[in-house]
Amino acid sequence: MVWMVRETASEITERIAKHRAPFRLEHFFYQTNRVGVGSVPMVILLSVFIGLTMALLTGYQLQRFGTVMLVPAIVSVSFTREMGPLFTGIVLASRIGAAYTAELGAMIAGGEVDAIEGMGIGAFRYLVTPRILAIFFLTPCLTVISVVSGIVGGMFISSLMLQISYGFFYDQVMTNLLVKDVMAGIVKSFLFGAIIGMIACYKGLSVKGGAVGVGVATTSSVVIAISTVIACDSFCNIVMVTFFP
Amino acid sequence: MNAKPEKLVEMRGVKLKFADKVILDGVDFSVQKQEILVVMGLSGGGKSTLLGILMGLLKPSAGSVLFKEEDLTKLSRPKLNEARTHIGMVYQNAALVSSMNVRDNVGLPLTELSDKNDKEIDSIVDQKLDLVELKDAKNKLPSELSGGMQKRVGLARALALEPELVLFDEPTAGLDPINGKHIDDLIVQLRDKQKVTAIVVTHEMESAFAVATRMAFLHEGKIILEGTPEEFRHTDNPIVSKFLSAHADDKHAKE
Repeated sequence: MVWMVRETASEITERIAKHRAPFRLEHFFYQTNRVGVGSVPMVILLSVFIGLTMALLTGYQLQRFGTVMLVPAIVSVSFTREMGPLFTGIVLASRIGAAYTAELGAMIAGGEVDAIEGMGIGAFRYLVTPRILAIFFLTPCLTVISVVSGIVGGMFISSLMLQISYGFFYDQVMTNLLVKDVMAGIVKSFLFGAIIGMIACYKGLSVKGGAVGVGVATTSSVVIAISTVIACDSFCNIVMVTFFP
Repeated sequence: MNAKPEKLVEMRGVKLKFADKVILDGVDFSVQKQEILVVMGLSGGGKSTLLGILMGLLKPSAGSVLFKEEDLTKLSRPKLNEARTHIGMVYQNAALVSSMNVRDNVGLPLTELSDKNDKEIDSIVDQKLDLVELKDAKNKLPSELSGGMQKRVGLARALALEPELVLFDEPTAGLDPINGKHIDDLIVQLRDKQKVTAIVVTHEMESAFAVATRMAFLHEGKIILEGTPEEFRHTDNPIVSKFLSAHADDKHAKE
């Protein structure tokens, strides 16, 4: 992977030295549309259901202790810091990471990447840069959508089954949610975007063995990206709780 | 007084190993400007690998590859990319970008590497597609084209930047005789009209003799014979003779 990052950086530097754009904006916007707009329905759907389930199960437990009013704070803080970035990461690793790997893998198997490189275009810069930048910048945007959807899901079920009004839920969210919670979620999501993009592109460009190789690389890309995102999430949580309590 | 012919490409002692397998074992040859050198040899003999080295896609274990007197193996990435813009390659499987239509495929090197605007690029794309008689296929995807058409689009793309050297990897393999002849004619036309130098890798004898101004035979990683088509026809080299006669027998059997 270091090799891919080094080559991409070298090709970008080469382009900039020639006073040329390192990548085409239209390619970047095409990828952002795919990563962002294309993933919105799935992110909203999953987040609403997860927020709803989380509020419901937490509420039933807290009812036993008479502290059901803590549900809005618990749902909003945990969704903003943890569930939103993590679920967005998992959705993107499986939806976009798999697509990146399969696409680049098929291009390697068909000799397209060699052809682009042979023309002197710089295959890494041309193929990798818009993809990684798109997922890097769009993961935080999708995370915000996921967080809002999760809180709305929690708010809906709290009103319906836990007798918490929308107004009270909203006030509690606004009171308990701190800027540092939002920042923690956003910073993590940038990191997850970069991890997924790099793993997916690297796996795609390392494909060997035709169609079977593309399949193997795609599976491996999704598994590695999801595992790395979860591991990285835990590490980030430890760091944040230790240094920014 | 005759001017000394100018060398465009030269390989000196090029060796390539993959793990323990020796693919090229000291290849030496040179190509003068406006020559068409045909490299022949058995399948899996390293002919396509030779082109990969010339494009800088593979790095030889030893030896040097000179293009316009610059050693491609020692060039920095920016300089290698610069050199690549003077070399076009037509791949065995065409290697067109499958998600782009013919227009975008042919225009790709121009959009990425030149300062031309869309109108100028369109005009060059039209001109190149006209040359390969595929102007009507401009908006088609590679998957909608036949193998021969894909190779012709590949040739149009290779010519987009007006290269001095064009490398052809099995240009007529798998094509019917009419399409094969069309490609052969295009290669000769390029040399005659556009002063392009070409290296053609093939094991199709008819195609080889139709286009070659000089021939080389690669066997077990070495060039074992180099000469004019006429010298090849009358060679007493046992391996080359066997190769040529096997092809002649095959042709008679088909007839």
